[in-house]
Amino acid sequence: MSNELIKSIEKEYLKESLPDLAPGDSVKVKVRIIEGNKERVQAYEGVVIRLRGGGINRTVTVRRVFQGIGVERIFLLHSPKVESITVIRKGYVRRSKLYYMRERSGKAARIREKVVTNTAASGKKADKK
Amino acid sequence: MVFPGFIGQKVGMTQIFDDNGQALPVTVIELCPLTVTQLKTPANDGYAAVQVGYQNAKEKHLTKAEIGHLKKAQTEENTGLVRRLQEFRVSDSDIAQYTLGSAIDPFVDGSFLSAGSKVDVSGLSIGKGFQGNTKRWNHHRGPMSHGSKSHRLPGSIGAGTTPSRVFKGLRMAGRMGHKQVTTQQLQVVRVIPEKRVVLIHGSVPGVEGTFITIRPSLGLKRRAL
Repeated sequence: MSNELIKSIEKEYLKESLPDLAPGDSVKVKVRIIEGNKERVQAYEGVVIRLRGGGINRTVTVRRVFQGIGVERIFLLHSPKVESITVIRKGYVRRSKLYYMRERSGKAARIREKVVTNTAASGKKADKK
Repeated sequence: MVFPGFIGQKVGMTQIFDDNGQALPVTVIELCPLTVTQLKTPANDGYAAVQVGYQNAKEKHLTKAEIGHLKKAQTEENTGLVRRLQEFRVSDSDIAQYTLGSAIDPFVDGSFLSAGSKVDVSGLSIGKGFQGNTKRWNHHRGPMSHGSKSHRLPGSIGAGTTPSRVFKGLRMAGRMGHKQVTTQQLQVVRVIPEKRVVLIHGSVPGVEGTFITIRPSLGLKRRAL
């Protein structure tokens, strides 16, 4: 669907590097917000429960429980409003969309940490464990 | 001398970010230079207009009649073979400024295309085929339950003995779309001359690849259905 000409226009607006995000990862997003006429950067931390879209339209949904209330924010990854996004912890999950997290709280809402082994011999298989 | 319109092709839609970091939905429109194929003068035709063609065409794609007409506009550097002929009205005094076979480039200075300017865009809308009156005319539907069978039916189309006919123009089911449609007051977000492209805020009639006409906006006018 996406045409080469459109891609070349989008390219100017794409960020050069973005971290490798996966569902289950705990991330810290720094968002620029405008208060009055001042601009400042606010940090938002939570778990990636959904990644969708491609190219300039790629978004990430980050969930956190704040004062007992679940909050989900959707960030347009290539938006200049998203100053940075960093992975704090890789999570091990078996779904690509973690909507089940909405029904869970406390201990049930834990996500196992993904152990990343970078040895060439173990390759992708070890990556998944 | 500002030429009053350009012909382009809809490439598709995407989004870009503006200076405030807001994502804007934009339509990408590709514009080729136009070739002047005929000058209509008040003396000869009763009105002043410039007929232009978009995009070079191969001889095999044109009929002999079309080639005969286009040959009149032939110059040494321009074969004059174009497709999509269209007329643009110009004022009676401006007509002398145009010459047969010359090119009109949408991206040279003096063009009405600039970031922030308002334009009207016309094109053939997407054909929807034969549609019922609910979709075609936004009629309400009937009840879906309680024994009703009148879900998306047209209902009554008029009284009986008087007038004993159906009024003309009654809105019924039929072919929808594939009509010339103009979207008014669209904003030009960006002009990219090196890619021969303009980005227009929002959507534009027609499928991708459709030929569209872009003119300076006339301001809000009630659109004729």
